[in-house]
Amino acid sequence: MIKKEKNKLNKLDYNIRLSRNICNKLLTYTIIVFSLISIIPLLLVLIYVLIKGGSQLNIDLFLLEPQPPGSQTGSAGGIGNAIIGTIIITAIASLIAVPIGVGGGIYLAEYSKGGFFSKFIRFGTNVLAGVPSIIAGVFIYAVVVVTKVIIGSSFSGVAGGMALSILMLPMVIKTTDEGLKLVSDDLRKGALGLGATMYTTIVEITLPHAFKSIATGIVLGLARAAGETAPLIFTALFSYYHISSFNDIFYEMSSLSVLIYNFALEPYSAQNQLAWAASFILIFIVLILNIFSRLFSRRKSY
Amino acid sequence: MTNKTKISLENVSISYGESEAVKNVYLKIPAGKVTAFIGPSGCGKSTILRSINRMNDLIEKCSLKGRVLYEGQDLYSPNIDPIEVRRKIGMVFQQPNPFPKSIYENIAFGARVNGYKGNMDELVERALRKAAVWDECKDKLKESGCSLSGGQQQRLCIARTIAIEPDVILMDEPCSALDPISTLKIEETMHQLKKSYTIVIVTHNMQQALRVSDITAFYNAEVASGKSGGKIGYLVESNDTEKLFNNPDQKETKDYISGKFG
Repeated sequence: MIKKEKNKLNKLDYNIRLSRNICNKLLTYTIIVFSLISIIPLLLVLIYVLIKGGSQLNIDLFLLEPQPPGSQTGSAGGIGNAIIGTIIITAIASLIAVPIGVGGGIYLAEYSKGGFFSKFIRFGTNVLAGVPSIIAGVFIYAVVVVTKVIIGSSFSGVAGGMALSILMLPMVIKTTDEGLKLVSDDLRKGALGLGATMYTTIVEITLPHAFKSIATGIVLGLARAAGETAPLIFTALFSYYHISSFNDIFYEMSSLSVLIYNFALEPYSAQNQLAWAASFILIFIVLILNIFSRLFSRRKSY
Repeated sequence: MTNKTKISLENVSISYGESEAVKNVYLKIPAGKVTAFIGPSGCGKSTILRSINRMNDLIEKCSLKGRVLYEGQDLYSPNIDPIEVRRKIGMVFQQPNPFPKSIYENIAFGARVNGYKGNMDELVERALRKAAVWDECKDKLKESGCSLSGGQQQRLCIARTIAIEPDVILMDEPCSALDPISTLKIEETMHQLKKSYTIVIVTHNMQQALRVSDITAFYNAEVASGKSGGKIGYLVESNDTEKLFNNPDQKETKDYISGKFG
């Protein structure tokens, strides 16, 4: 009798009928289902674009200019100029955003003493990160395109780059700031204790140490900028022609995202096909950039 | 030459914001000797050490009263460049902090900072030899400084400091993160170094002070009289190490050394 009771008390077997175990199982399965659902959109988009756009891939696509809708040739041409345009516009955007962003991040992490000014900048950066991209487009439209301040050009690749740089900037500032803050203070003290100037310490010790996270931030910022449409509609507009000289960056410039926007709405199927192909290339570029950022953050440093 | 004063502190008081950390320190640090700072935690010995090469400048709200004289120049007078000060008075920290670069570059960094134009290979070897770590890393100069063991890292940091060709080397508890064998090696290094440099070392280990130093300064702390209730450090006495440990002038010193408190 006593023995039996003792057995019952010390029983450690897993009992599936206990309400807490049922609850536990149920919730576990629920979150598994939810997390599967959350990746379904990504998979569907990828697969759909792959099928629709992947089938259009050929060498002409990368070389030719797009044909205006309704042209007699029956073929919509290629997206060569849009690929180049996207690359040029994002390059201009990073030429603006990277120096300013890295500089701002260095100020925040290394020089600021946590006073009002730096708090204000950090707050401003967070706000800027939340600004809808179309606002960045309208802003550059009003400030640069309408006023023609840049050597008299109105819609231009440069204006497009400026709009995208506004979107890249907060990401670059934040990752630089955070990357530098992760660098151990011991290293900083070590360098300064040797009589190094702030400049040498930052350039030779802290920046290289934070390089991985800064590079990751820049690449992610690029990936975000490359996919934006709204800011470009207001700034770079669109062009059907290849770039032929350096001066072309001061004129309307095509980009993949605007090409998709324009051609997807056309009633002609040839243009729609081209938009699918452009979607495929754009997703591919963004994917590659993301993989690059992964490689950067995995790269072994000393 | 032997009894020349390298650094002298005249009525130095240092405070962090409102609270005073250490007050009214008068101390003469002789050239070409090892001076040890001992005392309980929170008595301001590290603070005093940092004031000698103006590392306290990097700490916010840290202010200093009194004068710190290096060969007769007041280090805190407005025309002094703290960067020049740190080049003459190098510092080794408690935690070994090699830069995430190769061993070679770790040494070359300090030398380049100092505008060294000569043969870098030679200088790297000389610095590593002086810090007694050459034999252990001569075959892996291209490897990361962080791949070395803790004791080797600390000696690398000492070598890095030597490479800027300073006049004085400050060491803030250089062995507290190390095992006894590494500690012994660092102490041997110090015996070599004092032939060419003036060394000031902060240590919690009284045996170490006894082993390496010529002069020992004993600091103590008392509860501050103000409302803050914090502790204020002060210098109790500084003397030849042998005298301080065997026959101190102050009873306080004797109590601390014999382990009656602290």
